Amino acid sequence: MSYNDKSLFDRATPVLFGALFIIGLVAPFAVYPTFLMKILCFGLFACAFNLLLGFAGLLSFGHAAFLGSAGYVCGMLVRDLGVTPEVGIIGGTLAAGVLGWVFGVLAIRRSGIYFAMITLALSQMVFFFALQWKATGGEDGLQGVPRGHLFGLIDLSNNLAMYYLVFAVFCAGFFIIYRAIHSPFGQILKAIRENEPRAISLGYDVSKYKLLAFVLSAALAGLAGATKTLVFQLASLTDVHWHMSGEVVLMTLLGGLGTILGPLVGASVIVSLQSELADKVGSWVTVIMGVIFVLCVLLFRRGIVGELQALIRRSGIN
Amino acid sequence: MEIFGVPSALFGSQLLIGLINGSFYAILSLGLAIIFGLLNIINFAHGAQYMMGAFVAWIALTKFGVNYWVALLLSPILIGALGVVLERTMLRKLYKLDHLYGLLLTFGLALIFEGIFRDQYGISGQAYEVPDALKGGVNLGFMFMPIYRGWVVVAALAVCFGTWFMIEKTKLGAYLRAGTENPQIVQALGINVPLLITFTYGYGVALAAFAGVLAAPIYQVSPQMGANLIIVVFAVVVIGGMGSIMGSIVTGLGLGLIEGLTRVFYPEASAVVVFFIMVIVLLVRPAGLFGKAA
Repeated sequence: MSYNDKSLFDRATPVLFGALFIIGLVAPFAVYPTFLMKILCFGLFACAFNLLLGFAGLLSFGHAAFLGSAGYVCGMLVRDLGVTPEVGIIGGTLAAGVLGWVFGVLAIRRSGIYFAMITLALSQMVFFFALQWKATGGEDGLQGVPRGHLFGLIDLSNNLAMYYLVFAVFCAGFFIIYRAIHSPFGQILKAIRENEPRAISLGYDVSKYKLLAFVLSAALAGLAGATKTLVFQLASLTDVHWHMSGEVVLMTLLGGLGTILGPLVGASVIVSLQSELADKVGSWVTVIMGVIFVLCVLLFRRGIVGELQALIRRSGIN
Repeated sequence: MEIFGVPSALFGSQLLIGLINGSFYAILSLGLAIIFGLLNIINFAHGAQYMMGAFVAWIALTKFGVNYWVALLLSPILIGALGVVLERTMLRKLYKLDHLYGLLLTFGLALIFEGIFRDQYGISGQAYEVPDALKGGVNLGFMFMPIYRGWVVVAALAVCFGTWFMIEKTKLGAYLRAGTENPQIVQALGINVPLLITFTYGYGVALAAFAGVLAAPIYQVSPQMGANLIIVVFAVVVIGGMGSIMGSIVTGLGLGLIEGLTRVFYPEASAVVVFFIMVIVLLVRPAGLFGKAA
C-alpha cells in the first residue's frame, strides 16, 4: 500500500482523478444512467466500508444495516412526510450516523473476529425491526418513494438530473473519505491498524479514533443508501439483509483493500456482473460471487487495483 | 392448569420448542468453538454445512431409500470428509494471515454451497418424514410431547456431552487443548499438529451435519435453513464467549429456552431477544459469559 512513498502512481493521481471526473460527467450520454447510478451508489457504499476495513483494519459484517436503515428513513421522510429530496438524504445519513455510533460503542469493545460477529448480529436486529415494524412495509418494503424536486426546483424524475445529483453526492462522499485518509486522523487509523498496542503507548485514545472512523463510515454508507432509495424509489429488505453486508466486503476485496479507487472498481465489476447475469443464470449468480470471493482470498488478496499498483511498482517505472 | 396466566400446555410446548432450538444452538456453537479453538477461524460455512447435512439425509431417503438411522451416521461422515478436503486444499493456506481471511473464505464457500442447492432444489422446503420408530407422542400430564422432539433433545445433549468428555477427559482431547495453547511445542513433542487440525475441522463440520439430520424431520429441508440459523448461533457464541466447551453448550440451551419463554409472553420479540441479550452481555461482560478477557 502506497501511503507515504511518492511513486509514479501517487504523482499521477490528480491526473487520474481529473480524467475519471470528466468520464463521470459525460458517461450518462453513453451508458444507461440508471445503471451508472447503481454503480455510484454501491461504489460510495464500498468506499465507506473500505475506510473502516482498509484503513482502520476493522471488519464490520453489518454495514448493510446502515445502507438499509438510511434508505428507509429517507424513504419515509420523502414519501410520508413530504420533505424535499435533499432533506431526505441528509435525514437518512444522520440516522445511519447515529445507528453507527450505537453499533460502534458496542462493537469496539472487542476486536478481530468478535468485532465482525457483533456487527453482524446487531445488523440482524435491524433486519428483524425492518421486517416487523409496520411503517417499513415488512416484506414489501417502502414502495413508490417519489424522487421529488431538488431544493423544490429541479425535477428529479428526469433521469439525467437525478444522475448529476447522484454524481455530486458520490464526489462529495469520495472527497470526504479521501481527505479523512490523507489527514492526521487517517495516519492514526493506519497506525492503529498496523500496531494497536504501539498506538496506545504513543498516547492515542484508540477507542475514540476507532469509534469516529466507525461513525463516519456508517454515515457515508447511509448517504449511499438514502441516495439509492431516491434513485430506485424503493427501500427494501434486501438492503438490510446480511447478504448485502457480505456483498460490500466482496466489492472491496475484489477492487483492492486499502486502495482509494479499489472499492469503486470492485462495485462496478460486481454490479455489472449481477445485471448481466441475473436473468441468464439464476441462482448461479450466488455461486459465481462465492467463487470470486474464494479466489480473491486465496490468490488475489490485493484485489484488482492493488495488483495493478504492485505490477506498476515491480516494472520499475518509479 | 395455568402458569403465570398462560395455559400450561402452551407454556410447556413453547418451552419444548425452546429446548429443541437450544439443542441446535448448542451443537452448532460447540462445532464453531472447537474449530475456532484450534484453527482460529470462524467457520462461516457452518450454516451451509448444517443445511447440506439435512439435504444428504433427504436425498439418501428419497433417491436411494436409505433410512434415517443410516443417514444419521452417513451424512456427518460425508460432510465431515468434505470439510477435510476444504481444510487440506484451502483453509490451510490462510493460517499465517489475519484471521479475518478465514471468515471471508468460509463466507465465500457458504455462498457457493447455498447457490448450488438453491439452483437444484429451489427455495421451497422439502419435507422429511419422522422415522417409524419415533412416531407418535407421549402425554406428560400437563402437555403432549411428540417422541421425535424428545429424541432430538436427548441425542443432541448426548453428542454435546460426549464431545465435552472427549476434549476434557481423554488423551486426544489433551493434545487438542495443548495444540490450542502452543502448537509449536506440541509439534516438537512429536504430535502431528497439522493432522490434528484437519481432524478437528472435519469433526466440527460433522457436528453441523449431524445437527442437520436431526433437524430434517422438524424443520423444512431448504437451502436457506442454515443461513438464518447461523447468525443467531454467532450471537450465542458472542454471549457465551467461546472460552469453554461447556460454555457453548450451556449458553446454547439457555438461550433457546429464553427464546421459547419470550414467544409465550411477547411473540413479536422472540426473533430479536437473543440479540438484545447479546447487547446487554456485551455492556456488562465484553468477553462473554464464559470467556476469558482478551
